[in-house]
Parts: sequence; C-alpha cells; structure tokens
Amino acid sequence: MRRTVFPHKLLPWLLLAPQLAITLIFFYWPAAQAFRQSVLREDAFGLKTTFVGLANFRKVLSDPNYLNSVRVTVVFSVLVAFCAMAIALFLAVQAEKIIRGKGFYRTLMIWPYAVAPAIAGMLWLFMFNPSFGTLAWPLRQMGIYWNPLLDGEQAMALVVAAATWKQISYNFLFFVAGLQAVPRSLLEAAAIDGASRRHAFWTITFPLLAPTTFFLLVVNTVYALFDTFGIIHAVTGGGPGKATETLVYKVYNDGFVNLIMGDSAAQSVILMIIVIALTAFQFRFIERRVHYG
Amino acid sequence: MQRTLFWLAGMMALPVAAEAKTEISWWHAMTGANAEVVTKIAGDFNASQSDYEVKPVFKGTYPETLNAGIAAFRAGQAPDIIQVFDVGTGVMMGAQGAIKPVAEVLQEGGYAFDKGQYLPGIVGYYSTPEGDMLSFPYNSSSPILYYNKDIFEKAGLDVENPPKTWAEVWAAARQIKESGAATCGYTSTWLTWIHTENFAAWNDVSWGTNENGLAGPPELKIDGPLFVKHFQELADLAKEGVFVYGGRTSEAKQNFTSGECGILTESSGGLGDIVKSGMNYGIGQLPYDETAEGAPQNTTPGGASLWVMGGKSEETYKGVAAFFNYLSQTDVQQYLHEQSGYLPVTMAAYEVTKGSDFYQQNPGRETPILQMMGKEPTENSKGVRAPNLPQLRDIQNEEYEKMLAGQQDAATALKNAVERGNAAIREAVGG
Repeated sequence: MRRTVFPHKLLPWLLLAPQLAITLIFFYWPAAQAFRQSVLREDAFGLKTTFVGLANFRKVLSDPNYLNSVRVTVVFSVLVAFCAMAIALFLAVQAEKIIRGKGFYRTLMIWPYAVAPAIAGMLWLFMFNPSFGTLAWPLRQMGIYWNPLLDGEQAMALVVAAATWKQISYNFLFFVAGLQAVPRSLLEAAAIDGASRRHAFWTITFPLLAPTTFFLLVVNTVYALFDTFGIIHAVTGGGPGKATETLVYKVYNDGFVNLIMGDSAAQSVILMIIVIALTAFQFRFIERRVHYG
Repeated sequence: MQRTLFWLAGMMALPVAAEAKTEISWWHAMTGANAEVVTKIAGDFNASQSDYEVKPVFKGTYPETLNAGIAAFRAGQAPDIIQVFDVGTGVMMGAQGAIKPVAEVLQEGGYAFDKGQYLPGIVGYYSTPEGDMLSFPYNSSSPILYYNKDIFEKAGLDVENPPKTWAEVWAAARQIKESGAATCGYTSTWLTWIHTENFAAWNDVSWGTNENGLAGPPELKIDGPLFVKHFQELADLAKEGVFVYGGRTSEAKQNFTSGECGILTESSGGLGDIVKSGMNYGIGQLPYDETAEGAPQNTTPGGASLWVMGGKSEETYKGVAAFFNYLSQTDVQQYLHEQSGYLPVTMAAYEVTKGSDFYQQNPGRETPILQMMGKEPTENSKGVRAPNLPQLRDIQNEEYEKMLAGQQDAATALKNAVERGNAAIREAVGG
C-alpha cells in the first residue's frame, strides 16, 4: 500500500481544528461536568456542595426504580431496533420489485424521517388518545379496552410504534442502497439453479446485506437509547406508573424535574459506560461475522 | 456593507439609549391570553414612570422556567424577577442566598408593606412560618367543579344544583353513565393537587406533619382513613368506567370539553378553555366529604408567584419594589382578575370587583375566592410544602395510576406513596 505523506505539520491540525473544537466543547466538556457532578451532592442552586465519592452511584444502583428503568430500556430498545429494521427491510425488498413509479414510492417512504421526534409522538398520541383519538375509537369498537394512560403495556406499545415508525425511513434508505449493491448475476444464477425467491433472499441477499444490517444495528440501538426522548416525553412522560421510563428519561426526570443533580449525573455516567461497552461489543464480536464482500 | 454598518451602529446605540433607565428582567411562563396580560401590565408600568423598564421574557412551561432560572443562577446570569409555580415554592424557599424576600424588597424600596391588604389564604402560602412574605403572588387559582348542563338534563339530574359532596358526585356520575347521557360520569385533572392536597385542606385532615410542611420538612399522612376511603371509591368508579382518568396534569379537561364526561374538577384557571369550547357549562364549589368533621374548610391556592433573585444592585431592587407596588394597585389587580380568571391578590381589588356587576355577569367566578376565604385556615389548610414537592407528586401519580389500573387497592397505593414519599423527603433534607 502506498502511504501518502503530507509535507505540512501545521495545516492538518488547522483543518481539524473546527471539528476538534466542537468535540471538545460539546462532548468532552459536558462529559467532564457530568463526572464531576456525579461525585457531588448539591442542592438545585449549587449553594451547598458536598463531595460524596461514589455514594450517588451506590444509591442509583440499589434503587429498584433504576433497575425497572433498565428493564424498560432493554425491552424498548430491542423492540424498536428489531421492528424498525425488519419492517424497513421488508418494505425495501418490496419496493425493489416495483417496476413503475419506484422513485415515487421511495420518496413517500423517506418522508417520515423529516418529522421531529416530539411531533411524531404527538401524531401518534392524537391517533391513539383514548378520548379523542381517531384510531382509538375503532379499537374500542373491536372490543379492545384501549387506555394507554393506565395500561403500561399499551403505553409501551404506543411509544414503540411511534419510535419505530420514525426510524423506518432511515433504515429503508440504507436497505435500498444495500439491495442495489447485490450483484444481479448471483440472483440470476440462483434462479437458474431453481432456487425459490425466498430461498435466494435468505441465502444470497440477506448475507450480502450484512454490512448494512450491522451498521443499522449500531445506529438503531443508539437511536432507541437516546433519540427517542422526545417521543416518550410527548406521548407518556414515562408513565403510567414507571412503565415507559427509559434510562434517558429517568436522567431527565431526576435532574430537571426533581432537581436531584448528583443522582442524575451518576445515571448519565452509567449510561455513557453502557453505550461505550455496547458499541465496543458490537464492533468486536458482531462485526467479525460481517462479510464486507 | 453599508447596511451592515448601519445595523452595527444601531446595535451599539441601543444600550446607550437604555442606560438612562434601569432594566428589570422578568422571566415568566404565561401563554395565550395570560401572556397578553403580562405584556400589557409591564408596558403600562413602563409608561407610568421613567426610571425603570420591566422586560418580560417568556421561558416556556412552569418547570422549564424554573429550570432556566436555576441554570442561569448557577451561571451567574439570573434574571431579576422569576415566576415560579406553586410546587416550586419549597425549592425556592430552600434556596436562601439565591433569593431576596419580597417583604424586604418592598420595605427597602420605601413602601410600607402591610400584609393585611392581601388575601390571607394566598399570602400565607407564600410566607415563612413567621409571616414574612417571600414571594409576590401573581396568579393564584383554586380547584372547582364544572358540569355539563346538557348532560345533566339528559340524565335527569338537577341542572341548577350541582352535587356538593363527593357522595353526591359519585351518585350523579353513576346516573349519567347508567342513563346513557354520556359514556363517562366524572373526570378530574391533577389528582395530586385536587384529590390529595386540596382534599386534605377542604376536609380539614392532615396532609403531613409540621403544619403540612410549612413549619419544617413534613412526614406524609395521606394514608389516613379518609384518604383511603376516598381513593377506594375513586378506584371502584374507575373499574365501573364511571370515572375516567385523563392524565397527571390538566389533560382531563379535554374529556370534559369533548362531551365525553359530565362532571369535571379542575383549576379555576382552566375556565378560559371551557368557555372557548362553547359548551353549556355550570360551576359549583369543590365537593367535600360529608363524613369529615368541619368540612368544607377552605381550599389552598395553586398558580404561581414572583420571586426576586439575590445579589442584584440596589437600583434594581428599587425598581422591583416600584413594580410590585404597581402590581398591588387595585385597578391592575382588577384587570388581572377579570382578564385572566386568576384570583385578585388584594382585598381592595376583590371588594371593587364585588361592587361592580362582574360576578353577576360571570356566575361562578367568585366561587374560588369564596372557597379560599370561607373560614380562617387551620393548620391543615394553609397549603402544603416540601423541599421536593414535584418529586412527591410524581410518586403519588405513579401509585394512583397503578391503583386505577387495578393493580393495587387504595390502601396499598397510599401506603406506598407515603413510604416512598417520606424516604424521598429524608433524602432531600439530608442532601
């Protein structure tokens, strides 16, 4: 391999500077603040500050509500990542089969991505609000007792649906691109050998899509963990009970509603560790199985 | 280029022009019609004198405004005046050094501070146990009962006499559902504020020790027999589908304005939306429990008050004092009361409104005041306070939701709310 060597010493740093500055100011600095706060106990106004070491962590980790929100987060993230990717893959494969108006269908599918999370949440809330929701009424006519305000499982289903719906477009886009990279010749050869469409999909297309699928798995996990805050905030506010309180929502609730800064900071540090570990794990173990063609 | 220069010159000239006046920043959380009232009051005050200029800034919802204020204080950029909602009162009171008591500001500004000119039920809530007023009550409200007259008529209920006790409400609600006049008999906003805090005050039972927290950190008492009875009745009605739960804050108002539910308990501040919906509504006082001795006692205020932040210049405090003095004037208070639906803060404004035909023209508008003024407050009815009231309400909401979903009975829900709440209070006090 040929190595390219740049003669300048300063120029590369100069070119990197804007990005480095952004990373330092918007990532490292707040992260350092979170670490600092996580070992302090402070009132809301920061008038009294005591150093408490790891007491905040001990308290958070022994809190049954925290363990509950870990469970909620796992259920929520797995459901959202799986549903968003499975549905998007199905739609991408179907859209590939269309002969006329492919572009039109694709554009329609990509639209929801432009909707802000909070707006997406409100849309679903309006459709499924038990008292005035357009779709809540037929549900009730079908004999389903629909009340996500009190039924935790229904509330979870609602936020999962909203979060999934919003992410499908993004996944769809990548799957469509991935599908186009699958060589026609392989599929034709399979067809000549008498493989059914389904068989060809699972043995040829799906394995060749692995890099895309892996990339989306990482992105979707991070999305479900962090970017869904707006949806949960708009639809359930973490309720009923604590049925939809994810880790991120609990950080917000404890820090900004209940004003317990130390606990909230300790939780965000734990969250940071979880995400780093999860991403490292995905790259180390799952990526090995990915075939980059 | 020329235009940019002009613009720059304009920007630089602005502070110079404003320097003659002392600017006073006022962060608030009012929207819609109430925001217009804020703008008008500030504008009128600015026009009435030439030394100070009050600049209102909208900062989002109540919790958002409080958080913005706290963050700004930590960054050394606190506003001069900040509007904090009732539940945030304990948080602000705990922040000695961050705030300056309003009584002090007024006195130092050269205004005689006479507590007697303010409505006692409201001022008591925003004062120390010794009686020093800490914040200026800007907008106060009280929970009342609303009912749909068309539904009442269809159900064969007395349209002119709304139910007065909870037992009567339950009976009327069942009749509404059974007669098919509506699918839901009764709904309520704010189960914490209305059915817990005001329920305690109105029926004269204890919400917590230490005068409900006004004299020091409380220990919750909301698992008492009257609370258990009341919430069990509510849970039973929910099971029958007679009571419909709308949400933790004011969502249930929609169940009422949409015609789904026949009866609603809601803040008097929610009147605007009900008027706007164009429905045929009536107003009654908040129901009480007829088995409670001394009920109805008096209700406690909700809404928000204005806090003065500490560490500002003397000139700023003079301006704040002048502004609060202006706010207490009778015609300003009367305007505020009639426009926004919130209660007047001074006795004089109330008397003047009573003297006009406003209450005849707008029946029910006096109800929240009468409720709050009816009797001399007892130690159960001056209001509730805790260093972490938002968190306590969260805990209560979670337990109530589990109860209404049929996962636990009222006794268990309230016992859990007390245990978890007391643990949270201890944590907040110790921390």
